[in-house]
Amino acid sequence: MAETIQLEVTRYSPEHDAAPTFQRFEVPYRKDWVVLDALNYIKDKLDGSLSYRWSCRMGICGSCGMMVNGEPKLTCATFLSSYAPDAVRVEPLRYFPVVRDLVVEMTDFMVKLQKVKPWIIRKEEKSIADGEYLQTPQQLDVYKQFSMCINCMLCYAACPVYGLDPLFTGPAAIALAQRYNIDSRDQGAKERMDILSQHEGIWACTFVGECTEVCPKHVDPAGAIQQYKLTAAKEWFKSLLMPWGAK
Amino acid sequence: MTPHEAKGATQYTTYHPRWYRTRVSTYWWLGKWYYLKFVLRELSSIFVAYFVVITLLQIHSLSRGPEAYARFEERMRNPLMIALDAITFLFVLFHTITWFNLAPRAMVVRLGGKRVSEILIAGSNYVAWLVISASVAWFILR
Repeated sequence: MAETIQLEVTRYSPEHDAAPTFQRFEVPYRKDWVVLDALNYIKDKLDGSLSYRWSCRMGICGSCGMMVNGEPKLTCATFLSSYAPDAVRVEPLRYFPVVRDLVVEMTDFMVKLQKVKPWIIRKEEKSIADGEYLQTPQQLDVYKQFSMCINCMLCYAACPVYGLDPLFTGPAAIALAQRYNIDSRDQGAKERMDILSQHEGIWACTFVGECTEVCPKHVDPAGAIQQYKLTAAKEWFKSLLMPWGAK
Repeated sequence: MTPHEAKGATQYTTYHPRWYRTRVSTYWWLGKWYYLKFVLRELSSIFVAYFVVITLLQIHSLSRGPEAYARFEERMRNPLMIALDAITFLFVLFHTITWFNLAPRAMVVRLGGKRVSEILIAGSNYVAWLVISASVAWFILR
């Protein structure tokens, strides 16, 4: 008989359950299978009612983030072989409201992401006839790491500050704000500073650092926030010394 | 209304009438070494503050002459104080090392278009620490 592995999966039906429960499934164990393959097997062969998000299967869409044995993981990049022969526990992303089974409600993140204006802001747009905004490889290198974010929200599930204070802007949104702040083509740092230097912005972060540990794209949101704090502190000091130089 | 909703930040409630929200346990930091290390680092600040107060008291008694300083030393010889100082030393050491290790994450230094390596930034902190400690030791022990 082929080898199998046990999966403990969170089930929650908002119409029927007061609280989530776990359901055990036995799925074939294959060395080349990731947790998402096992979930797809369950949905195809064992229980079609299981709900979860996924799309690309290759770590770029950021849809399939879940808690695997208590750790935030992209299930498409987490192999069953890392856990076998023990059972694997799959839960919805921590700190987010659960809509159904493994599906979380992510409006909160989307709203916060939009708030920090993660796009290039120009004081005055160049006309199309004037050509592109040019950038050297060195200038690209400054922010490239932060631009790798895929909005998978694993960093939010790793952040106890976000768990305890839902108003916290959170790791990914701040890292993406910083990505545009240090982009040589951008001129919107002042606008973003007004939003991010509030208490719920960078100052809520206590530098636990786990967001960076769990990031599947090595974005280092914790670093981005600390660098932003340094900038904000310098700006504050400058405005104190030279109040006439503001704006 | 849950605390989450009371604090704002939610929309679309009509479409998801019964979201399930988990509560964060008071003991969230106990389950994982990484979180525990963070809480210990935060806690170490209290001992750093205590260390500063003791040092200030020491300087104060030193400035008031040899008798006052002898009294200070006498008080510090209490086994309870020695135990407290030993714990304080460990926490201050922990605080310093974790602080230096985190420094390169906040400090981005670019030289010639390249980011200076993390080891170099943390290393320069350690070197400064050693040099200052050695000069203080030389000043006291010579």
